[in-house]
Amino acid sequence: MPRTRAMVILPLVGCLLLVSLAGCSGGAAQPPPAEAAGGFTIQNKGSDTLVNLALAWAERYTALHPEVRIAVTGGGSGTGIAALINGTVHIANASRKIKSEEVEQARANGIEPVEHVVAADAIAIVVHPHNPVDRLTIPQLSAIFSGKITNWKEVGGEDRPIVTLSRETNSGTHVFFLEEVVRQGRKDDKTLFSPETLLMPSSEGISSEIRRNPNAIGYDGLGYVTPDQKVIAVARDERGPYILPSIETVHNGTYPIARDLYMYTAGEPTGIIKEYLDWIRTPEAQAIVAELGFVPIIKH
Amino acid sequence: MKKGQAHIRWGEFLIETLIRVTGVSAIFFVALILVFLLREAAPALVQVPLSNLLGTRWYPIEEYFGLVPLILGSLWVTFGAVVIAVPLGLATAVFIREIAPGWVREILKPLIEVLAGIPSVVLGFLGWVAVAPLVQNLLGAPTGLTILTGSLMLAYMALPTIISISEDAIDAVPKSYRDGALALGATHWQTIWRVVIPAARSGVLMAVMLGIGRAIGETMAVMMVTGNAPTIPRGLSAFLKPARTMTATIAAEMGEVAQGSTHYHVLFAIGFVLFLITLLVNIAAAVLMLRQERGGRGRLLG
Repeated sequence: MPRTRAMVILPLVGCLLLVSLAGCSGGAAQPPPAEAAGGFTIQNKGSDTLVNLALAWAERYTALHPEVRIAVTGGGSGTGIAALINGTVHIANASRKIKSEEVEQARANGIEPVEHVVAADAIAIVVHPHNPVDRLTIPQLSAIFSGKITNWKEVGGEDRPIVTLSRETNSGTHVFFLEEVVRQGRKDDKTLFSPETLLMPSSEGISSEIRRNPNAIGYDGLGYVTPDQKVIAVARDERGPYILPSIETVHNGTYPIARDLYMYTAGEPTGIIKEYLDWIRTPEAQAIVAELGFVPIIKH
Repeated sequence: MKKGQAHIRWGEFLIETLIRVTGVSAIFFVALILVFLLREAAPALVQVPLSNLLGTRWYPIEEYFGLVPLILGSLWVTFGAVVIAVPLGLATAVFIREIAPGWVREILKPLIEVLAGIPSVVLGFLGWVAVAPLVQNLLGAPTGLTILTGSLMLAYMALPTIISISEDAIDAVPKSYRDGALALGATHWQTIWRVVIPAARSGVLMAVMLGIGRAIGETMAVMMVTGNAPTIPRGLSAFLKPARTMTATIAAEMGEVAQGSTHYHVLFAIGFVLFLITLLVNIAAAVLMLRQERGGRGRLLG
């Protein structure tokens, strides 16, 4: 008899233990300690546009300061900012500005996000190398990506269906493109991407589909454009001028689809994180920006 | 003597308890997952109007939470996979059990098990590199990333399940059935088609069900090859168009959301819908299995 009772009790104890564990995991998020044993590890996460640049910076910086460790991961701007809000990273990389809802969520978690401009970027419009179209206006791009223009012959190309490619909605590039190109910078415009738009999980997904599909049109950061893709010259409207993206055309403001790239910290950075962010703005770090095909920040 | 017995009892007691705990914990964990899913999904119903959830547009960053394209996307990809995989799987099972000579069977069986062991991300990559261009070039789709591409990859993944379970079902058909059919003058093919397969049909149906379960929950390969565009599939031509499945949506967006946001809860609601679908499929399979166990014999008369 006592045996059977114990058999009932034991699983029950196990259950209670598990329930209490499950309850604990729902508690408040704790930022990871920056000062782990054996040195500093800066957790850096976010924009896939920025991830290669952030990695290159981290590599160079840790070579200069061996006591610092920097862990860089991608996932998208939304992912990085969500991680900052949830308190799991020190620096969030973003290729768009933080949204007001995200600021509210961060404040609700007791975190005040602080913005740092770390580089600039041009969004290149890319097509298959055999596509005869080489210039488009912003209104044309808006019509293509919102599904109003569905055949290349409507914009001076061959009689082929247009397949639009985009990054996933958690990408800062996606949000920037929606606001500045699909909605043409108009705040009250509620135009959306066509539901037929293929949402690619990565930049590599876009470039390889562009390379093999003559129907495709996509967009990506200038740093991700490989020589086997054709870059389209873009104009604000049909009067022109049609401009190709480059460091010069971003700096002189003639290329219409350019943006700043950001890092966000929880509160004003201090100590090791501040030193890192200060170093990123030095000419040495900004030289890496140009090497990787992004646009260095310039002092106005 | 007495001491020794007590010792044995204790050991037995410990092992019995351990087995009991592991058995009970399986049920307990499923219940825990269900409770967790419900708790995280419920706020979605409060925060998002039903008309929005039942809408046809999925664009979460602008608060469009229509689940219809995602549910239909999953169902279409799965349906396509089943249509492709079931005849192939059944034919393979029949071949292995009824036609192939012993040595061929010995080679085929382990190979099919290897097929089951290929990671889905590898299949997704294969689909992306090899199958998608074929779909585009041979069938003239605007892009190779289509429902059909996803269905092909899923069919490939569901095949081992379908083959091995229908093989077991065919194996369970008593030899006397075959002997009887042959004695009555039926050919080998007539025996297979008219006697063996009908006798094994509930097992074959169960194979189909488990194949569906395998296909609908698959994420990685589908995310890589279906294009992830949240469109509503319409007509047969939809197989040559992209779609977005529930699993791919959760995988692609879960990392992005802030915990506790509406989008977060809606993703859990999708997870709950997925859970319900797989649960239904599994219950259907279990019911079929029970029927097979009870009424394996005498089915031919019915």
